[in-house]
Amino acid sequence: MSETDEQASTSGAPPKGPVKVDCRSVDVFYNDKQAIFDISMVIPDQSVTAFIGPSGCGKSTYLRCINRMNDTIEGARVEGEIVIDGVDVNDPAVDPVLLRSRVGMVFQKPNPFPKSIYDNIAYGPRIHGLARDRAELDGIVEDSLTRAGLWEEVKDRLASPGTGLSGGQQQRLCIARAIAVNPEVILMDEPCSALDPIATARIEELIDDLRQRFCIVIVTHSMQQAARVSQQTAFFHLGKLIEYGDTETMFTNPANPKTQDYITGRFG
Amino acid sequence: MTEFARSAGLAGPDAEARLRRRYAAERRFRFYGQAAIGAAILFLVFLIGSIVTQALPAFTQHKVAFDLQLDRAVVAPSGRAAPEDIRENVAGFYRLVREDLVERFPEGAGDASDRVELYSLATRLAVLPVAHDVARDPSMIGQTRRFWIALSDDLDLYLKGLVTRENVMTLGPVITVEVGRGDDSVVLTVAEAAAERIRANAPWSEPDRFLDGDPTVLIQAGDVVLKALELDGPEVKAEVLTGDLAAPNALASSPLTVRTIQTPETDRNVTDRQIAWTLALKSDGRIERRLNTALTSNADSTYPEIAGVFAALVGSLFTMLITASLAVPIGIMAAVYLEEFAPKTRMTDVIEVSINNLAAVPSIVYGLLGAAVFLNFFGLPRSAPFVGGLVLALMTLPTVIIAARAALKAVPPSIRDAALGVGASKTQAVFHHALPLAAPGIMTGAIIGLARALGETAPLLLIGMVAFVAEAPSGPTDEATVLPVLIYKWSTGAERAWEPATAAAIIILLIFMVFMNAVAVLLRRRFERRW
Repeated sequence: MSETDEQASTSGAPPKGPVKVDCRSVDVFYNDKQAIFDISMVIPDQSVTAFIGPSGCGKSTYLRCINRMNDTIEGARVEGEIVIDGVDVNDPAVDPVLLRSRVGMVFQKPNPFPKSIYDNIAYGPRIHGLARDRAELDGIVEDSLTRAGLWEEVKDRLASPGTGLSGGQQQRLCIARAIAVNPEVILMDEPCSALDPIATARIEELIDDLRQRFCIVIVTHSMQQAARVSQQTAFFHLGKLIEYGDTETMFTNPANPKTQDYITGRFG
Repeated sequence: MTEFARSAGLAGPDAEARLRRRYAAERRFRFYGQAAIGAAILFLVFLIGSIVTQALPAFTQHKVAFDLQLDRAVVAPSGRAAPEDIRENVAGFYRLVREDLVERFPEGAGDASDRVELYSLATRLAVLPVAHDVARDPSMIGQTRRFWIALSDDLDLYLKGLVTRENVMTLGPVITVEVGRGDDSVVLTVAEAAAERIRANAPWSEPDRFLDGDPTVLIQAGDVVLKALELDGPEVKAEVLTGDLAAPNALASSPLTVRTIQTPETDRNVTDRQIAWTLALKSDGRIERRLNTALTSNADSTYPEIAGVFAALVGSLFTMLITASLAVPIGIMAAVYLEEFAPKTRMTDVIEVSINNLAAVPSIVYGLLGAAVFLNFFGLPRSAPFVGGLVLALMTLPTVIIAARAALKAVPPSIRDAALGVGASKTQAVFHHALPLAAPGIMTGAIIGLARALGETAPLLLIGMVAFVAEAPSGPTDEATVLPVLIYKWSTGAERAWEPATAAAIIILLIFMVFMNAVAVLLRRRFERRW
């Protein structure tokens, strides 16, 4: 039993639902430099878990461990176990490509493919063979766009390029693209940092809706956003998990003085 | 000036001077840029202009009409009249041409040197198209048909006014003609004023008397051409070069055309008599200036009037096909592997440096490599577009790889992340997203590489593509030459007629290049529009 586990349990983060992701003693190294120090945490299903912390604290790195996006970075090495539904994602038997179809990701900057709106959504289902014919694919596209709250805005111009949408629409398109392959977990890496407040509000509403079906992990720089959308919050600092618990408790009565300082804006 | 400007130190004489200097610097920079572009355009216009003006004479050609009676005995002397036999029988057709010339100009039928002078109005190989026409349509045999045959290149240039300076004037008809005052010459009596003008235009070394090495004065009336020898008052003593003075009113009826050919006979490739015959044929209506179809439809020849770029064009086409189909896919695949998949190790560093160095290696080195490896070691055929294509592909590869790597590097990594994020494999992310996005840049690099390969001469000389090839290759392993090598060879040709031909071949090469680039730009547009 490590120190962080103790912290997590003492700060009171009992998963409200069934556990979806169970991280045990995760270390991440970039070549010789250690970026994540022995972090363990459990992430419950059908809820939103927010990672907060100052820049460079390792929250994005930790997030990217969950769908093994760190594999694409040269020199990155992950130790420890990350168990999703009883399977360690770092097990050599796990195919990272299939893993990523189960653990979707939304990035900081909206990055639609420079293709039509339709093709953006249809790309994932196509490569995974999720649709048997065109009608089924049309159904997936409509369903994903509807769930991302974008259908009404783009249904008449599915053939126009996805890059022609506004920033907020592009980010919702990326969310629709992520949910089109029917993932179980959606990782969001600062999804609103490039958006204006109105677009941000729409995305936050969307995240709240999606919580009904998915396990969502969101990295954010905005404490208000974490407070608004998440049920659990984890505070990272210098590659360590300082505190993890119920969002309400974290923001009203943090156990660790560092958390207190960060939340009240004394550093970070 | 506002309060803000003053407080920030942005007002006052110092600040204004600074501002002026900044504006001046910007104006200066804009001027430099415009001047550079202006100079570039000027040079381009000058280059194209000089090539086009030099090439223009080569696009037309003087041809002589011959009414040839295609007797079976001449066309198919051995009794065989198969198309290939007829095609081979150049000698037979040339005999018809010679007979026709002798019939028209009996004065050229004298001794051997006379005949050589007359027969060189049309070269032997110029009858090849006639042989081909008859071979294609043997029903012509036994009939008399009119054929247009290329005039010898020197006479062609004379008619185009490119080799000799010539003054031409037209005078009234002669008053009397007196034949045979003791020798072969004739004495014409012309009007006083006309005699004066002839005298003024005859810059002979001795007044009133032609000596060898003096400019020639030709007097033409209809199809009679005379060469002035002595001037004596209104009397002109002249030598008959061609034409029948005995024919009624041969001279007296038509006005005189007097030409002073400034270049003396000894300094030119055409004799006075040849010029006279050409003028006579022209006055017969048997010489016409026509489009030079030989230039684009014939293979190379030792005679400029029948030489063409067709074989070299086909050779270039085969060579470029081989080069493009090897260099582009291999280059792109190598770039994709190096950029997207290969681990960054010392080994890949070495490979990268080597590729960059190979792009700077002089092309002739690739020719040496090709000669040593493809010809000597693998024993591939000499002079073949296949080997040329291989060598040029080797030369083009580094350019394509470097351009493709740069284009792949320019694709934002967020696109790859996006693809990986929805569960695409590395290969799918590259081939579905990164590579198509890099395609326009890759295409640009490929065009630059291929354009350089198209204009390359040196490496091809070393693998024997400089050989004289008289027929267009029918496949990539046939003997062939390419356009730049042909241009090089033509530019070293001794005869004056090669000069416009070389410029014309350069224009054809440029057109080929523009066409190739246009195709590539169109392809690139299509790719770009998909996103």
